[in-house]
Amino acid sequence: MPTIYIDNKPFDVKAGKNLLEACLSLGIDLPYFCWHPAMGSVGACRQCAIKVFKDEEDTRGRLVMSCMEGVKDGMRISVEDETAKTFRSQVVAWLMTNHPHDCPVCDEGGCCHLQDMTVMSGHNYRHYHFKKRTYPNQYLGPLINHEMNRCIQCYRCVRFYHDYAGGKDLNVFAAHNHVYFGREKDGVLESPFSGNLVEVCPTGVFTDKTLKEHYTRKWDLTNAPSVCQHCSLGCNTIAGERYGQLRNVVNRYNHEVNGYFLCDKGRFGYEFVNSENRITQPLIRNQAIEAAGHDTVLQYMRTLVSGHTLIGIGSPRASLESNYALMELVGKENFYQGVPDDLVYVEQKIVDILQAGCIHTPSLHEIEQADAVLVLGEDIWNTAPIMALAVRQSVMKTAATHTTEQLPIPTWHDAAIKELVQDDKGFLANVTMLPSPLDEISSATMKAAPDDMARLGFAIAHILNPSLPEVPHAGEELLAKAADISKALQEAKHPVIIAGTSCWNNALIRAAFDIAAALHINEKKAGLAFVMQDCNSMGLAMMRASSFDRAVANIQRAANNVTAIILENDLYRSIPAAKVDAFFSKCKHIVVLDTLHNRTTEKAHVLIPAATFAEADGTFVNNEARAQRSSQVFMPANSEIRESFKWLADVKALLNTVSNGHAKHMEDLLVALENKYPQFAGVSRVAPPHDFRIHGARIPRESHRYSGRTAMLANMTVSEPKPLQDDDSSLSYTMEGYRGLPPSPLIPFFWAPGWNSGQSVTKYQEEAGGALKGGDPGVRLFEQTTTPPVFSKDIPDAFTPRVGKWMLLPQYHLFGSGELSVYTKGIASQSPEPYVSLSKRDAEQAQLKNGDTVSVKSDGKTYALPLSINESLPDGIMLVPAGLTGMEALSWGAWINHSTVTV
Amino acid sequence: MISHLRTMWLVFRHLFMKKATIQYPEEKVPLYPRWRGRIVLTKDPDGGERCVGCYLCAAACPVDCIALQATENEEGRRYPEFFRINFSRCIFCGYCEEACPTYAIQLIPDFEMAEYKRQDLVYEKEDLLINSEGKYPGYNFYNVAGLDAGVKEKGKGKDEETPVDIKSLLP
Ligand code: SF4
Ligand code: SF4
Ligand code: SF4
Ligand code: SF4
Ligand code: FES
Repeated sequence: MPTIYIDNKPFDVKAGKNLLEACLSLGIDLPYFCWHPAMGSVGACRQCAIKVFKDEEDTRGRLVMSCMEGVKDGMRISVEDETAKTFRSQVVAWLMTNHPHDCPVCDEGGCCHLQDMTVMSGHNYRHYHFKKRTYPNQYLGPLINHEMNRCIQCYRCVRFYHDYAGGKDLNVFAAHNHVYFGREKDGVLESPFSGNLVEVCPTGVFTDKTLKEHYTRKWDLTNAPSVCQHCSLGCNTIAGERYGQLRNVVNRYNHEVNGYFLCDKGRFGYEFVNSENRITQPLIRNQAIEAAGHDTVLQYMRTLVSGHTLIGIGSPRASLESNYALMELVGKENFYQGVPDDLVYVEQKIVDILQAGCIHTPSLHEIEQADAVLVLGEDIWNTAPIMALAVRQSVMKTAATHTTEQLPIPTWHDAAIKELVQDDKGFLANVTMLPSPLDEISSATMKAAPDDMARLGFAIAHILNPSLPEVPHAGEELLAKAADISKALQEAKHPVIIAGTSCWNNALIRAAFDIAAALHINEKKAGLAFVMQDCNSMGLAMMRASSFDRAVANIQRAANNVTAIILENDLYRSIPAAKVDAFFSKCKHIVVLDTLHNRTTEKAHVLIPAATFAEADGTFVNNEARAQRSSQVFMPANSEIRESFKWLADVKALLNTVSNGHAKHMEDLLVALENKYPQFAGVSRVAPPHDFRIHGARIPRESHRYSGRTAMLANMTVSEPKPLQDDDSSLSYTMEGYRGLPPSPLIPFFWAPGWNSGQSVTKYQEEAGGALKGGDPGVRLFEQTTTPPVFSKDIPDAFTPRVGKWMLLPQYHLFGSGELSVYTKGIASQSPEPYVSLSKRDAEQAQLKNGDTVSVKSDGKTYALPLSINESLPDGIMLVPAGLTGMEALSWGAWINHSTVTV
Repeated sequence: MISHLRTMWLVFRHLFMKKATIQYPEEKVPLYPRWRGRIVLTKDPDGGERCVGCYLCAAACPVDCIALQATENEEGRRYPEFFRINFSRCIFCGYCEEACPTYAIQLIPDFEMAEYKRQDLVYEKEDLLINSEGKYPGYNFYNVAGLDAGVKEKGKGKDEETPVDIKSLLP
């Protein structure tokens, strides 16, 4: 460990870092703009100047940019040096010459890195009395606001959007003192990562348009650490509330999971919490007065649960606690996943693989570090966007590592590395059904039907481990691809294989496993990552309950006294309507707990309002089987809205004559869960218990600047009510409490003295850009063991199109396929209209043109959809977007026929 | 003894001095413009609401008795959707006025706010808004700010150049 002297004090610092990182990691406040821990240094802003001295005798030293100078043992530097300080304040003064007088109306105000750095560098009086440059703004779509006057030309936006995330439609234009950051012309930003501009830009040029609709300053928000609800990756988020409404979602750094970034669905898809469509009142249908209160509904429930056969339908989007509470209530044998059989089958395979433990499943951070990636059949751009971003980094970083291995260039030196690397790329094989934006950075791609992709996988596995069976009737093309890919995987030190459930294909999972296991046998540290569909798909699958189809089958045999309890699950979205109807028709009573009205809640005889993630505490298990705690952001003013597991506990209490025995706190539920089901061992450690205190104090959800405490409710009654009491966690609903660093799963927001913006996260990290102090949140439930792999060897036949029949498969859309995220207007407006896709050949054979109406027959129903011919789609497949609002679930993977109506 | 005499003398002398007490409420106290009394929200010279909903007054308030919610019109001009001051908590420190970047919130020399019911001391925006520019006539924040909120176009504000032609590479 090199020792450097900062202002004559010795410090041990990590080798290979630059001086800015070293200073920040030591907790020294040094202003900067253009450096970003995830993107490295370019030395563009000149804000991070310090003095470097030749030796002890040197008293003059020279000014350097700390972000562009690596640490060297024995180095002497000064941050406090007068010249350096004056220089830094002069740099801000220059940046400020053109900066508008906007703070009061700027959404960045209060979490503005520019404000922080200006104060930090001591520039406080404007001496420049000439005119300010102005810029026109652009319309960048419904999610991002543009106010270009505020730009300080740090280039972070372009470096993120273009270089880091691979977006094409945002760039730098014009020249010299009026460079412009925007699009070529007005238009919606295309990248699904555009929302990160809000946090990456150190000023208010790019701000969150959804927040603007109900603007609140950062200091006025009640925040809590939460987990994104919109895909299986479980990115960590901070959600903020004011006046009973969720106001925004920002990134919560987790070194192992999402790092600094979120996708736009995760960032902006929060508005369902505030929706008009929320269920706010328990309802007992078919009564004179349907609206009921807590007690009435429980009274009524007593008659429904006692003396009836209970069936519980779980949910991949409900928390572990709620699912477990339902399972406990109805009994394990009566608890079913509200997921179709085919999907349960695929998911079960994934859980089996992870639980067996012979292969390591990498975190997103590890995927970034991979040096060869094979994506086998999963459209991760749409189903796991931040994983796609991680894969992109692996491709870019591998090329950079090749360079830095040959030349002594530090890894943080972004500009130099880009220059050297040019178009070199690491290895990515993107094997998918349809083209994806990842194809551009892929060394190998293949577009094929799911079974053919699996066959490619088995062919690769065979090359890697010749004891595995050969793929019968493999064509030359397939073998050539397999040879290329296996060679690259073999050469890599940390290859990662990615597969998922979006093709509803079991063979893909087995093939991915065989490849990873074959690599593993060859002494490689191979990783195998899976993508699931919902935020708690993994948690539900790990409970190993039967599928919904089993429930339908079993209910046929049950006596006519079934009370079904459906937990936070719109069954019509994932299961064909005929099946759901068949199930409901056999139920005597239907009880539904959910957050929003939907087709399933319409069927409920008793409807119970459940809390959304923002109003609930809950544990979710992500795709790598990492259990993570999402904490309650605010208590709903409407006390009828409660966590499902609390409702279910009340119902359970009705059954138990002696009213003990049911878990009181979440951790009790989780302890019971792990005692009963060892696959969940460790889940109760996911966050500190509810009575955890630091020096007797709770952790405040509100900042110490939180305003309006004695006025916000004064219109109703002038005497302030007692602060809300949170009995479920150690977070408080006040401004008072422990102000130091909380344990990492309980960080409600990032703030440090002098650092009001999200960049204060450095103060919470072990080192700049490293793990959070005390370890990153989340508990990985499965770790690698030394179990020898059991290869699958069961290779599917090649996919052959059938005459007059098509295999029906889903296409997931980042914007549109999400049940909850489409409640955000800006996301709904970017969702595609329903369509059906056929390959060019198939369309020609059926004499169909783009836009023709095609009738799709599935599960005894006919759907008329406009045709969109997809030239890259393999023949014999019919693709329909999954989960769009108003579209029913179809039998994915089934062979169906279509008739045509030309209009 | 001496002190007693001295006190009597002082009291006697006050008989001939000017009275400090006044016949309030018939007679009014003279109050000076900087006296910190009732809080008002003033208007811009163009008659629009001056408050831009920046929340700085609320953050500055030591007793947290200001609550508001910002919103904007179609042109992007921010104003408070509601603005509430709980005067039963206000200590008339004037920090809000000091924090206000737009001169919208001002303390005026009116202190006659007594109410029988505490609830009546909760003032909403309608109660606070006055039809005047108050102590700072002529100031309109949007004329000095950079953004175009329907008050002035980009480049038309104080000390602003005309907007850059972003398609030009000329020096
Ligand atoms: S970017 Fe920051 S400094 Fe500039 S106007 Fe906005 S809040 Fe103020
Ligand atoms: S728009 Fe923001 S991120 Fe981009 S250069 Fe300007 S200040 Fe930097
Ligand atoms: S990648 Fe998934 S978990 Fe992460 S922010 Fe996007 S939707 Fe949420
Ligand atoms: S400080 Fe002034 S402009 Fe800002 S919210 Fe308060 S009154 Fe309005
Ligand atoms: S942060 Fe060092 S030059 Fe910008």
